[in-house]
Amino acid sequence: MASARSSEGIYVRATVRTAVKLLVVGHFAVGKTTFVGTLSEIRPLRTEETMTQAAEHVDDLAGIQGKSTTTVAMDFGRLTLNDQLVLYLFGAPGQHRFKQLWKDIATGALGALVLADTRRLEESFDIMGLLEELELPYAVAVNDFDGAPRFPEPELREALDLLPETPLITCDARDRVSSTHALIALVEHLLRRPVREYA
Amino acid sequence: MTANRRERALVRPHVVTGGRAHPTRNTFDLVTLVTVARDQVAGLSPEKRRAMELCRGGALSVAEAAAHLGLPVSVTKVLLSDLVDSGHLAVTSESPARGGPDLKLLRDVLDGLRALV
Ligand SMILES: Nc1nc2c(ncn2[C@@H]2O[C@H](COP(=O)(O)OP(=O)(O)OP(=O)(O)O)[C@@H](O)[C@H]2O)c(=O)[nH]1
Ligand SMILES: [Mg+2]
Repeated sequence: MASARSSEGIYVRATVRTAVKLLVVGHFAVGKTTFVGTLSEIRPLRTEETMTQAAEHVDDLAGIQGKSTTTVAMDFGRLTLNDQLVLYLFGAPGQHRFKQLWKDIATGALGALVLADTRRLEESFDIMGLLEELELPYAVAVNDFDGAPRFPEPELREALDLLPETPLITCDARDRVSSTHALIALVEHLLRRPVREYA
Repeated sequence: MTANRRERALVRPHVVTGGRAHPTRNTFDLVTLVTVARDQVAGLSPEKRRAMELCRGGALSVAEAAAHLGLPVSVTKVLLSDLVDSGHLAVTSESPARGGPDLKLLRDVLDGLRALV
């Protein structure tokens, strides 16, 4: 959470003209909040969104098409990249039922970093599937938990069923340099994809 | 006040997308940046006054404003975009390029991140 810039307070520099966002996603307790907190120059913030969704089950007896509301929290933080550019990191919960929230956050996002834990790799499938549905490019960062098994990269790639071009890195979400390198790998990947030369 | 309303209608900022005008509300994103344009709170609802007080200190994104105000993002979007439409706030960030980011923006992001390590 430490940052040289935190003394500037909560506001964005007046010279900033562009704000971009990246998603930090992953299953329960994989380190999303830690990752965002490690990198953010401001105290990480949290917002809550109430979502209305069609209920999974229709109450046939009552004949009512049920709707339920859920409150979803997301953590986010900010990084000033130069006088005119800030990057926001949004940590979003992984479940498929939060798809609507993801759509809102993902709109206009540059890409996503998927945090994974080698003890529960299969829990990342749903998340990668959702990103693919949303057509959001991503990289995978295996969060280095103490005591978690380490596997050679080819094994991990196969277990995660990654495309050859999808970056796979390891990181420690508690470490600023390590976490920054994970984002760098993601953005390098975004640059390798077909992008427009001019705005 | 008719004169006032006419004046507001004239300055009402619409962002033109594909030849159609959208109210500001629909163009607001989590990372849209706003700042105070006209520091005047007369006639504003208590919630809008709170938003103005917060924004008085400098630029903030919609998401940050929501967190500081303790309001859901959806509610904050409505509050802030109304304040933009009424000329109290101004949007200071460029809207993201349609069809995804361009190469220069991604390179700037990469350079910025590399400079941090
Ligand atoms: N060893 C180690 N522990 C970590 C790492 N990242 C997170 N943790 C720990 O794992 C726990 C969960 O981390 P969080 O950041 O809260 O995870 P989260 O994804 O935000 O969790 P939810 O929001 O509940 O889904 C915390 O106790 C962290 O301190 C890491 O890279 N290495
Ligand atoms: Mg969390």
